[in-house]
Amino acid sequence: MTRVLRDIRNNLVEFVRTFGAFQLFFLRLLRHSPAILGTRFGLVIKQVYNTGALSLVIIMVCGLFVGGVLALQAYSNMAVFNAEDWTGVAAHQVLVKELGPVMTAILFAARAGTALTSEIGLMKATDQLSAMEMMAVNPVRRELVPRFLGGVIAMPFLAAIFSAVGLFGAHVVGVELFQVDVGSFWQQIQLIAESEDVNEGIIKSVVFGFAASVIAVWEGYNAMPTAEGVGRATTRTVVITAISILVFDFMITAALI
Amino acid sequence: MGDYSENLIEIHDLKYSRGHRAIFDGLNLTIKRGEITALMGPSGTGKTTLLRLITRQLIPQQGAIFVDGLDISTLSQSELYQLRQRFGMLFQNGALLTDLSVFENVAFPLREHTKLSNRLIRHIVLTKLHAVGLRGAADMMPAQLSGGMARRVALARAMVMDPEILIYDEPFVGLDPISLGVIVRLVRRLNDALGITSIVVSHDVEEIATVADRSFLLSDGKVAASGSPDELRTANSELVRQFMHGMADGPVAFHFDAPGYEEQLLGRDTE
Repeated sequence: MTRVLRDIRNNLVEFVRTFGAFQLFFLRLLRHSPAILGTRFGLVIKQVYNTGALSLVIIMVCGLFVGGVLALQAYSNMAVFNAEDWTGVAAHQVLVKELGPVMTAILFAARAGTALTSEIGLMKATDQLSAMEMMAVNPVRRELVPRFLGGVIAMPFLAAIFSAVGLFGAHVVGVELFQVDVGSFWQQIQLIAESEDVNEGIIKSVVFGFAASVIAVWEGYNAMPTAEGVGRATTRTVVITAISILVFDFMITAALI
Repeated sequence: MGDYSENLIEIHDLKYSRGHRAIFDGLNLTIKRGEITALMGPSGTGKTTLLRLITRQLIPQQGAIFVDGLDISTLSQSELYQLRQRFGMLFQNGALLTDLSVFENVAFPLREHTKLSNRLIRHIVLTKLHAVGLRGAADMMPAQLSGGMARRVALARAMVMDPEILIYDEPFVGLDPISLGVIVRLVRRLNDALGITSIVVSHDVEEIATVADRSFLLSDGKVAASGSPDELRTANSELVRQFMHGMADGPVAFHFDAPGYEEQLLGRDTE
């Protein structure tokens, strides 16, 4: 019994220690960010392309189907009350406030986060980060910060694109498939949706962008420099990002209601 | 800058352990200016660790390391980076940046530390690549290079800032005889032509004998022997003889620490 308690205590201490180190790491990234944005914007642009532009296809395809399925569900449930015109509103609210940012962040972790983690982990395993240190170049500043910023910048745009494409998917299902009147489909959205709804989505996508990017970069930087270690770090990126995104989502939603 | 002295690097009573394992236990060592110094020793004696300590990628638990009169443990981050600009280091596998071409790899330190024009950078990079015989590979990516070529590119990169000290970590491992000859000659030529100080970590006794001015044989966390390659070859110590002549068993045991053979095989419990 005492052994179990001791194990629990050790794990707790270890968790607190790691979490503290993680926060310091986050502050370190933030501290270097202004300088990199000011003087090495080209490096950031390259990472926006790597994390953002290369995730576009998966984001758009997923957005289309998520929007479509939302319209399917909304239509079949609204039809009970003869409120088919509300299909668009239902899809819009769910997309913009919830599924847009959340799904994008999780897809981002799977597509871009894993790439960031394994890239940085492999650079570490092949001594590239040490080589930079030896060339008097700070690898955190030169390699990690641009990747972090690239993710932070790309995420809100990806979430917006996800929601927009999703809405198009809802339109296709609602208007083209179920013959909801196109005028009332869009007019209801205009009537009901407030700018606060969009703001909520934007706030979430920005927060998720920071979270997903810093987790991916952290996991790569702290990966064991072996094939197995990098593999494990990549898995952890997806798992930890997904969990923290859902927790953050709950907290933000609760705070804004 | 410290006072001019013959000793470029001095290590006093260095202690460093990883976990419970002591890697260095009171190591003293001096590296002289302008010479090629070899650090030799059986695998696992911490040769690479020593390089990382000298360049403060690792921090020792005890002892002091002076580079050109500076106690490196007292340097701030920016002073350390200033000092590192005087170093060039060749990593075991080259450690080229895989997302940059050969040309950009060699240009990397220049682009990071200087404001030279593209024209001048091009000129310097091509000169350095020419010196290692790989001017023609400038546009290739690191993944396309053979091991020997990657190491030569890394060497060009290590010397692009005209360092005073060049550090080689196992430069001879895994090369074919031709590449090996090329690297050995390059090490010697660079040291003499540029008037730099070289530190070579290796366990290739033959190659070291042809290039090194002075060798240190590390064992059990200390310097077991030192001197010119010839002196080492004729030394009396058991360990030095075992190492220099590549004998399987001796002071460095062939067997890693293990429980008794008979007990382990026959499953008898030890008391």
